[in-house]
Amino acid sequence: MKKYWWKGLTILILFYVIIGGFLLEVPRLNILNETIRALYFHVPMWFGMIIMLAISLYHSIAFLNKSNPISDIRASEYANIGVVFGVLGIVTGMFWAQYTWGEWWSGDPKQNASAIGLLIYLAYFVLRGSLEDQEQKARISAVYNIFAFCALIPLLFILPRLTDSLHPGSGGNPGFNAYDLDSRLRLVFYPAVIGWALLGVWVATLRIRIRKIENALYQ
Amino acid sequence: MAFDNIVAKFHLLNSSVLNIIKKELTIEWRQRYAINGILLYLVSTIFICYLSFNVRTNVLQPITWNALFWIIQLFVAINAIAKSFIQDREGRYLYYYSLFSAKSLIIARTIYNSALMLVLAILGFVIYSVILGNPIENIALFLINLVLASISFSFALTMISAIASKASNSQTLMAILGFPVILPMLLMIIKISKNAIDGLDYSASYQEIVTLVAINMIVATASYILFPYLWRN
Repeated sequence: MKKYWWKGLTILILFYVIIGGFLLEVPRLNILNETIRALYFHVPMWFGMIIMLAISLYHSIAFLNKSNPISDIRASEYANIGVVFGVLGIVTGMFWAQYTWGEWWSGDPKQNASAIGLLIYLAYFVLRGSLEDQEQKARISAVYNIFAFCALIPLLFILPRLTDSLHPGSGGNPGFNAYDLDSRLRLVFYPAVIGWALLGVWVATLRIRIRKIENALYQ
Repeated sequence: MAFDNIVAKFHLLNSSVLNIIKKELTIEWRQRYAINGILLYLVSTIFICYLSFNVRTNVLQPITWNALFWIIQLFVAINAIAKSFIQDREGRYLYYYSLFSAKSLIIARTIYNSALMLVLAILGFVIYSVILGNPIENIALFLINLVLASISFSFALTMISAIASKASNSQTLMAILGFPVILPMLLMIIKISKNAIDGLDYSASYQEIVTLVAINMIVATASYILFPYLWRN
């Protein structure tokens, strides 16, 4: 991933998403109105979070297999950026909720589930902080990371579908496959997911390089 | 031939699991202060709730009754299960290491903790209903839920206790790591329990029970696979 082309691509895609996201035509729907543009900025945050956490999970598994210290740095940095995406997802979601549901936080199952999900990963960083020995820190936090991901799956994908929610895509509200995601929205939405995810990977690789340099300097 | 091998291995695992459970019971019986401490913790928490709500029996709202009961159970579970790995010294681990495999240790501890949690949950339920009243209409469903809850607490928290025991501030970590992992299960448990209080039919809680069992299976599989990595020092 040391080549430059994908970084240029990220910048291009994100410019397109921001300009296109604000200026292109969107379907006129009741209540949603212009807030439907949150689809380009709020939903990709969750996609980004899941992708980052999945990459982090992959590196944690790799660490348990090979005990390579680089894997631990990668796992923790991808988890870091995943949490940033999660926080941005909650904040953008709250803005959207303020305009459509009328409240910043209305205790919707989706809101609660994402807040719990963030707590799980914040606990991961507390765990990392409280272990002294480097090798032990890497191994135990890798174990917790895998365990946390297993706990996150039911939280994000199963539980919100069991309870009534006002969130688009559940409880009979229009979601991904219904009329509101028509082809005009897709034109920006799919690039948005790719663009934000690539940006996440970019930030993570930069931070991994910084961590590697720091480690080399301290040794 | 391969099948025989698997059966033989299963027998070996089984007997060592039974042995560890026996050992845990013996140790628990010899050091009765630990279990007595948990029991006293349970009773005093219930009593504190009774006094702070300042209620006579049967006047607590069912929703409050439900939430309070499960919060008490959660804290008792965290305290009871925390000791399963945190109380053991480093030296004893080395000794265990020479005696049995990591997998049989985690299975045995999980089963033992489930049984312990079940005893505590039933005791807690009896004391709680005596002091704060009992609004439940579908007792059978509530008891099934109690069993499921004990198993869920044990499945999730035994592994967390093993993780937390490796760090320095393990008691705090136990709570921090445990709460978010147990929360999805707790939400399901509280919902089933609410259905039992309202006297709804089993079919109303069917979906929640299946979800709870499914989450338990995910967590149990993850613990079973991950524990050997944790134990290796």
